[in-house]
Amino acid sequence: MIVSTSPHLHKKESVSQIMWLVVVSLIPTGIAGVFIFGLSALWVILLGIISALITEGVLGLFTKRKVTLLDGSAFLTGLLLAYNLPPKVPFWLPIIGSFFAIAIGKQVFGGLGQNIFNPALVGRVFLMASWPKYMTIFSKPLNYDAITSATPLALLKEGRVLENISYLDLFLGKRGGCIGEVCILALLLGALFLLYKGYISWHIPITYIVTTGVLTYIFGQKGLFSGDWLFHILSGGLILGAFFMATDYVTSPLTRKGQIIFGIGCGLLTAIIRLWGGYPEGVSYAILIMNGATPVIDRFTKNRIYGTK
Amino acid sequence: MRRYLQEFLKGIIRENPTFVLALGLCPTLAVSVSVINGIGMGLAATFVLLGSNIIISLIKNVIPDRIRIPCFIVVIATFVTINELVMKAYSPVLDRALGIYVPLIVVNCIVLGRAEAYAQKNSVLNSLFDGLGMGVGFTLALILISAIREFLGAGTILGHTLIKGFEPVFVLGMPSGALLLIGLLLGFFNVLKNRRA
Repeated sequence: MIVSTSPHLHKKESVSQIMWLVVVSLIPTGIAGVFIFGLSALWVILLGIISALITEGVLGLFTKRKVTLLDGSAFLTGLLLAYNLPPKVPFWLPIIGSFFAIAIGKQVFGGLGQNIFNPALVGRVFLMASWPKYMTIFSKPLNYDAITSATPLALLKEGRVLENISYLDLFLGKRGGCIGEVCILALLLGALFLLYKGYISWHIPITYIVTTGVLTYIFGQKGLFSGDWLFHILSGGLILGAFFMATDYVTSPLTRKGQIIFGIGCGLLTAIIRLWGGYPEGVSYAILIMNGATPVIDRFTKNRIYGTK
Repeated sequence: MRRYLQEFLKGIIRENPTFVLALGLCPTLAVSVSVINGIGMGLAATFVLLGSNIIISLIKNVIPDRIRIPCFIVVIATFVTINELVMKAYSPVLDRALGIYVPLIVVNCIVLGRAEAYAQKNSVLNSLFDGLGMGVGFTLALILISAIREFLGAGTILGHTLIKGFEPVFVLGMPSGALLLIGLLLGFFNVLKNRRA
């Protein structure tokens, strides 16, 4: 489907160059994750990446398609999947998750550019549905004086008081959670780099985060307009999801208007799942559902071609 | 004799109701949690298919064309009721495990599909072998799906644990996992078919 009209500008960047730069922008997050949770987090990341690369290579040979092993997309999928796992999972969990993400999330649809859903999130949701007991055990941060091992959002869902966690703790990652979601500072560094280089636009992440913030503020625990919006923005996987997974080129809308609709939809779903849903966190489900809506959004936000109605 | 054998065999591979015709997916998704359930459901559907195919091909000339579907349903429902009562009497455990899906065989699209597409146009013997083949094909497909689901989703086969310390894939025990598995198996069989063609 052609969404934009000519003339098309030619950019020097190739797909693989962008993919590798996104990987680079995620490195601070990985370092922070390993620093916070210890070496077991590094093993999870490495296993996720290696398994994703092997799956991509083997399936590429098997289907006799052009082998896209080194274009960085499989590497990025494995990396993002590992960032979405708790730091102390059994060694086979990231391996199976990456295999599923690449094989079912991407290659079944025909490889890079053809998949409907974000592969890393497909892998995460599969693991979440298959082995929930490993996906919800969060170990305590190692190098910090940590208070709790459950995620702040899980505690909130159980109705416990959260006085012990300050915004600064959340910002720096002093809390239980997945490897790549805890350190907001590192995530923002990477996100600013991508925004500065122009590889992602602000439309999806900002509308996403603002929508979630506004909704969680309006529907607070103590009545209307009393919600702790900053807490909701800083906890869970919202920052990671908004900047690095909702902005995936393949599975998000192409036009600016479409991206804003996409971001608002993601924010709406995330807030609904967090406030009233069964799970404490809803970022991955929100993005996957909106991924499914992307073709429709694209169809209705097609730019008008000059001279046509 | 060879013709009848062919009628019988086509239901198993070439026109397998689950993997080629993609019929009867609702009971397949719902009951294929364990192999025992799969076999029970398959046999029940085979019995109904066999009976309804024979009766419908016998009375095909007296059924008015306009109300043929209600007539088919009456015949099918008769066999389903027989089946249900027998099952309740002789294996109440299986009956409880299959639950509502036994009476729902009435609206199973394999049974109605074969009545509409085959039995009302063909002779009694042909219809008998067609029903038998379709039933066996459905049963085999159910056994295959439920064996994979039971092994991966619960770590057992027919209730026996095979590998100690195996971590069951929870999602395969749920209908969403069954849908995923059926999709993968369908794709796999299509690859095999295309390779042979």
